[in-house]
Amino acid sequence: MSVLDIKDLQVSIETEQGKKEILRGVDLTINSDEIHAIMGPNGSGKSTLAYTIAGHPRYTVEGGSITLDGEDVLEMSVDERARAGLFLAMQYPVEIPGVTVSNFLRTAKTAIAGEAPRVREWIGDVRGAMEKLRMDSSFGERNVNEGFSGGEKKRHEILQMELLRPRFAVLDETDSGLDVDALRIVSEGVNRIKAETGLGVLLITHYTRILRYIQPDHVHVFVNGRVAEQGGPELAHRLEEEGYDRYLKAGV
Amino acid sequence: MTTTDMTPAHLATAEPIVPIQTRSERPTSFDPADFGTPTGREVNWRLSDLKRLAPLLVDEETETGDALGIEYGVAALEERGLLVESRGHDAAPRGEIFRPEDVISAIAWKRCANALHIRLPEGQEQAEPVIARLHGTGADRHANAHIVIEAMPGSVATLVLHHSGSARYAQNVEIIVRDGARLTLVSVQDWEDDAVHAAAHQAVVGADAYLKHMVVSFGGGVVRVNPSVRLAGHRAEGELYGLSFADSGQHIESQVFLFHEGTETRGDVLYKGALQGVGARSVWIGDVLIGDDATGTDSYEKNQNLVLTDGARADSIPNLEIKTGDIAGAGHASATGRFDDEQLFYLQSRGIEEEEARRLVVIGFLMEVVQRIGVPEIEERLAEAIEEELRRGAGLAPASKAGA
Ligand SMILES: Nc1ncnc2c1ncn2[C@@H]1O[C@H](COP(=O)(O)OP(=O)(O)OP(=O)(O)O)[C@@H](O)[C@H]1O
Ligand SMILES: [Mg+2]
Repeated sequence: MSVLDIKDLQVSIETEQGKKEILRGVDLTINSDEIHAIMGPNGSGKSTLAYTIAGHPRYTVEGGSITLDGEDVLEMSVDERARAGLFLAMQYPVEIPGVTVSNFLRTAKTAIAGEAPRVREWIGDVRGAMEKLRMDSSFGERNVNEGFSGGEKKRHEILQMELLRPRFAVLDETDSGLDVDALRIVSEGVNRIKAETGLGVLLITHYTRILRYIQPDHVHVFVNGRVAEQGGPELAHRLEEEGYDRYLKAGV
Repeated sequence: MTTTDMTPAHLATAEPIVPIQTRSERPTSFDPADFGTPTGREVNWRLSDLKRLAPLLVDEETETGDALGIEYGVAALEERGLLVESRGHDAAPRGEIFRPEDVISAIAWKRCANALHIRLPEGQEQAEPVIARLHGTGADRHANAHIVIEAMPGSVATLVLHHSGSARYAQNVEIIVRDGARLTLVSVQDWEDDAVHAAAHQAVVGADAYLKHMVVSFGGGVVRVNPSVRLAGHRAEGELYGLSFADSGQHIESQVFLFHEGTETRGDVLYKGALQGVGARSVWIGDVLIGDDATGTDSYEKNQNLVLTDGARADSIPNLEIKTGDIAGAGHASATGRFDDEQLFYLQSRGIEEEEARRLVVIGFLMEVVQRIGVPEIEERLAEAIEEELRRGAGLAPASKAGA
C-alpha cells in the first residue's frame, strides 16, 4: 500500500510577462488501487499539476509538498521520480528522432529495474503488451512518437506504463483523440494494470465517456489552480450536464 | 531557430526568390593567379578559417623530395583492377568535368601532375565497399592531389576515401557517374586534430544514374569539403549527405552545390552536425539550383545542427534558386538548436538518467544520416565513432537553455 500525498501545492511559471501563478494550493491524497478523476476547464492547471508531479523544469514550486510514502518527491530529479514509481502519460508525447521504440523501452526498463531485462523474456513481454494494446509489432522499429497518429501516441504511453509497472500513474487526457475502440482498449489496459499491480491513478479528462470504462473512486473539480469540489462518480455526470459555470461564477 | 519550407504552391504566390548568388556562374580557372589571394570577404571564404587554411594558399612544388605528405593505401583497389594509370594534366578523363572554383583547388590541379584515377568497370558490381586509405604523414607537410573517380555505365559500387593522420592537404575529387551507373562515395575525415584539409568534389551524374555522396567529418583541425554535383542526365539522382561532430578548436565546413540540370532529376541534401566545446565551429552553405530546362525536378535540402555546449557556433545558410516553374517539388530547411528540453524530459520521466538521455538524443539526431548510408559495416563504425565523440565531451557542461 502506497500513498501519493499532495499538500497545499503552489506552482508558478516564468512567462515573458513575468512570473505567473498557476496552482494556488492543491490538496490531493491518492492511495494505491484508487482512481481519482480530475476534471476542469481549459487552462485551469491540470497539466501543470501533472508536470509538477513528474518534475518538469518549467514549473517552479512556490510552496506546499508532494510526498510518496513520506519521501519528498520535490527533492527528486525527474528520473529519480520515475524510478521511485511515478509515471506520467503525457497529453502531448514528444517525438525523439533516431531513437527506436524498442531501444527506448529497453533503456527505460533497465533504468527503472536497475538491471537489463533478460532478453528473451523482455521480447515476449513487449510483444504481449503490444498485442493487448493492438499495436502492430512494427512500431518497435519506428522512432519514438515520430509520425505516430494522436491515438497511436496515447497507446504508446500506456504501453510504457504496462512495461514499466509504476506505483502511481497520472494520465493527462489519455482519452483525447482516441476512437471508440481505442478508448476501450486503452481503458482495459489501465484496469488490467491496476488489477495486477494495485496501481493508483490520477486521471485527467474532459469527458465522462472514459469514466464508463475506468470507474473513478473520487472525482475532483479543478478550477483556477485548485480543487473546487470533490465527490463520487455522480459529480462527473453533473459536470457534463451543467458545465463549470457554477464554479467560475463563484469566482474561486 | 529558423525553419523555412517552400513548395511550388507557395512559390506561385510568394514573392520571387532572390538568390544570394547565381552559383553556376561562379568563375572558374585552372590558373591559381586568376583567383588572387582571398581577403575573407568573398562569398565562398566569408565564414572560412582562412588563417589556418593559409598554408594551402601557397602555390609551391609539393611532389619533390622523398617524403610525400599523403600515403595512398590503395592496395584493395589495385587487387580488384580498379586503378588506371593517369600521366599528366591532359590524361583523359581528368578535367572532363572538373573546373577549379577557388585558389586552393586551382593550386591542387596545377601541382598534382599525375592523378589517382579510379575506374569502376562497365556493368560490374563491386560486392563489398572499396576503401582507399589516405594517411597524412605530418602536420607540416603540404600535399596536393587530383583524384578521378569514374563510374562506367551500369557499374555499381561503394567507394570510401578514408583520411587519417595529419597533413596540409588540398584535394580535388572529380566524380563522373556515367549513364546508368550507381555510385556511393563516402569521404571520411578521421584526421588528427592538427590536420588542415580542403577538398573540392565535383560530380556529374548522367542519365538514369545515381550518386550517393557522403561527407563524414569527425577529425581534423580545419576540414573544408565542398561537394558540387550536377544532375545532368534525364532522371539522374543525387543524394548528398553529411555528418559532422566538431569539438573544441575544430572548424568543419561544407559548401554544397546541387545543380538540377536534366529533366526529372531528384535531389536530396541532408547535412547534420553536432558541436561541443569552446570554439567548436561548423559552417554549412547549401545552394540548390534548378536550371531552366530541369522540368519535373524533385529537390529537398536540409541542414540541422545540434549545439551541445556553450561556446560552439554553427552557421547554416540554405539557398534555393528555381529557374523553371514546372517542377515536382522543392524545399529547404535549416535549423540550429540546443538540446530539446522536452525530449530530455520525456526520456528522464521514464527513469533514464540525464546523461544517458542526452546520449540518446544526440545519437538519435545523427543516426538519421547514418541510417541513410545503407552499408551496415560503415553504419556500425560511425555509430561507434559518435559514441567516442560523446565520451570525449562527457565532462563538458551542457549548453545553457535557449533564452536563459
Ligand atoms: N509558457 C507559458 N506561458 C504563459 N502561460 C502559460 C505557459 N504555460 C502554461 N501557461 C498557462 O498556464 C495555465 C495552465 O495551463 P495547463 O496546461 O496546466 O492547463 P490545463 O488545465 O491542462 O488545460 P487543458 O484542459 O487545455 O489541457 C494556462 O492558462 C496556460 O495558458
Ligand atoms: Mg492539459
